[in-house]
Amino acid sequence: MYEGVIQDLIDELGRLPGVGPKGAQRIAFHLLNADSADVKRLADSLIEVKDKVHFCKTCYNVAQAEQCRICADVRRELTAICVVEEPKDVIAVERTREFRGRYHVLGGAINPMEGIGPDDLRIKELMVRLGDDTITEVILAMDPNVEGEATASYLARIIKPMGIKTSRLASGLPVGGDLEYADEITLGRAFEDRRPLDG
Amino acid sequence: MLRTHKLGEADRIVTFLTHHFGQVRAVAKGVRKTNSRFGARVEPFAHVAVQFHQGRGNLDTVTQVITHDAFGGDISRDYGRYTTGSAMLEIAERLTNHEREPAVDQYMLLLGGLRALSKQEHASGLILDAYLLRSMAVAGWAMAFDDCAKCGVPGPHGAFALSAGGVVCPNCRPAGAANPAPQSLELIGALLSSDWAVADASDERTRREVAGLTAAFAQYHLESGLRSLRLVDRTEQVQEADTPPRGES
Ligand SMILES: [Zn+2]
Ligand SMILES: [Zn+2]
Repeated sequence: MYEGVIQDLIDELGRLPGVGPKGAQRIAFHLLNADSADVKRLADSLIEVKDKVHFCKTCYNVAQAEQCRICADVRRELTAICVVEEPKDVIAVERTREFRGRYHVLGGAINPMEGIGPDDLRIKELMVRLGDDTITEVILAMDPNVEGEATASYLARIIKPMGIKTSRLASGLPVGGDLEYADEITLGRAFEDRRPLDG
Repeated sequence: MLRTHKLGEADRIVTFLTHHFGQVRAVAKGVRKTNSRFGARVEPFAHVAVQFHQGRGNLDTVTQVITHDAFGGDISRDYGRYTTGSAMLEIAERLTNHEREPAVDQYMLLLGGLRALSKQEHASGLILDAYLLRSMAVAGWAMAFDDCAKCGVPGPHGAFALSAGGVVCPNCRPAGAANPAPQSLELIGALLSSDWAVADASDERTRREVAGLTAAFAQYHLESGLRSLRLVDRTEQVQEADTPPRGES
């Protein structure tokens, strides 16, 4: 244990995702040895991000205004919505340049063992968006894992009666890897998911 | 495989229920990267052969994973099955929470339950309730459905008290005991003894009452509540009961 403020900093850093106790200690001492100006810039951006960044009122992506830049962009198609778990997934899909519609960020996946059910995600908000007739296609781009699959099957089940075309992104195949080394489940999913879902 | 937790950038802490060593927690390194050798195999519901390496820390490292049954695929494809299976995993985790204490019966029960669920051998709700009743019985909480839970006087009895552990005779009956339908007690007996002919023939109302009783029974005995039980989606039950099971040869 270190003295007061140093230990406080280590404790705070240790609560960040992906940072263990050793990592927290390393970062704390890095900051102690760093230039005051550098540390101040870091502190300022931490405060600024909480002050200025909000969730888009339409899609719940991160936004610096009421709406994110994608929802505010008039060139984006209004008829298609790509549903993702987290804001970082929006960036990943954007990088592919395959999608010209808009997004909906759920804020996670359904995970009963963690106590996360449909009501804990922004699913009601999605259904409200789908309720007006402009949207004709929904692409479900959840993570290619059990929780993501289950969330997609739940959404497909409730969207199907609305008569909206629904498909599941074929994803998870190792990029640049040998098919031979691709594990069977990932490969199976990619094949299976190549076609639109019926519901 | 019971549960996984994210650790650091790309690792996961994985909780296994093993055949010979009970519950084991281990670190699976790099499994969240898409090029991981066994990433997609390290997922809840999977029945795997796994090799551990004893590390310096208190957690072992997973060094090899071979899939026997990837139950997660069939289970996550249907929301009712997914929520049912999640409740089964949470119950198993709770009943085997003494790490490395052998729990062969619990292991076999869970494996059988997940297999039945992935192959849709019976309605999901019945599979869950059979699993719950039997795993609780193995753990020392057998629900009485015939003889009195308190004094053992032969049944059938009509009153049911959670605090007593099942049905009670008129003499032992505490205030506020419930009065489930005789068919519900019959279904509980069938589920406990794997009499699937009787269980499959039960009607929706009986199943609903038994689901309520078993859930209350588990919540009563397992100190802090099970998070997944309230999220079990039973809307599929009617459909499932009418649809012939698929994937059976
Ligand atoms: Zn937006
Ligand atoms: Zn009695």
